[in-house]
Amino acid sequence: MRLARFCTVMLAAAAAVMLTACGERPQVINYKQGTYQGKPDTPPYDAQYNGNRQEWENAIKTRNQTQNEYKRTN
Amino acid sequence: MARMKFLCDAERCIECNSCVTACKAEHDIPWGVNRRRVVTINDGVPGERSISVACMHCSDAPCMAVCPVDCFYKTEEGVVLHDKDLCIGCGYCFYACPFGAPQFPQTGAFGVRGKMDKCTFCAGGPEPDGSEAEYVKYGRNRLSEGRLPACAEMCSTKALLGGDGDVLSDIYRERVTHRGRGGEVWGWATAYKLPPNTPATQGVPVAPPAPAAPAGGTKS
Repeated sequence: MRLARFCTVMLAAAAAVMLTACGERPQVINYKQGTYQGKPDTPPYDAQYNGNRQEWENAIKTRNQTQNEYKRTN
Repeated sequence: MARMKFLCDAERCIECNSCVTACKAEHDIPWGVNRRRVVTINDGVPGERSISVACMHCSDAPCMAVCPVDCFYKTEEGVVLHDKDLCIGCGYCFYACPFGAPQFPQTGAFGVRGKMDKCTFCAGGPEPDGSEAEYVKYGRNRLSEGRLPACAEMCSTKALLGGDGDVLSDIYRERVTHRGRGGEVWGWATAYKLPPNTPATQGVPVAPPAPAAPAGGTKS
């Protein structure tokens, strides 16, 4: 009786050990962005545009259009 | 404003490397560090394509994810920047980046890695805008001056576009509409919409005009 119980326990333990390799874990990397630990940065419109975001955005948009030669030549 | 992005038109890039030169000159980048490179596929073979590559300022940047000291941050405009004071030069970001954007200055005889350096979209770093410290560590902050990246603005054929992603999409869309075709064909004429049957379209030199036949015909 004791031997049978021992064998059962051992078989169960062996099965558990052998089946560990059969488990499937997700292999797709799920990136988790860290939290920035460095110095804070100021927005680009702070220094020369005195915090006027709209003015800065307009300047950037105007500048962007200079890359469109169809608008420059027509 | 949408996110800041680069867009390289492979139909137009002529591998002149002016973007690389402009970047190096603008930021006084040391020898051995290339924030921007021009990559050519099938070099020398008809149909070769070139594309200018730098940090793509990814929406889900792998460099930010793998950095053990979390020195990366993203600005409101979607520009991925980093703090060099925090960087330990481990190189994880280099292995994670699919574009090879992070660069490491080779100081010393045995190539000791320094702090990582990469394209900043000409937006400097976490130092006061336009300061000497910012220039020394990260280069010039053109974005705070209302300008766009030097590489894109310097591009001779306007293959490389940089700026607001929505505007770039509009520019590229208009360009493709003018071309009349998509990206499946290559060549100067296609890229610049020359009239059909011009010599440049054919890609062969123009033959000199045949001499006029003498008046009176030929004698047999």
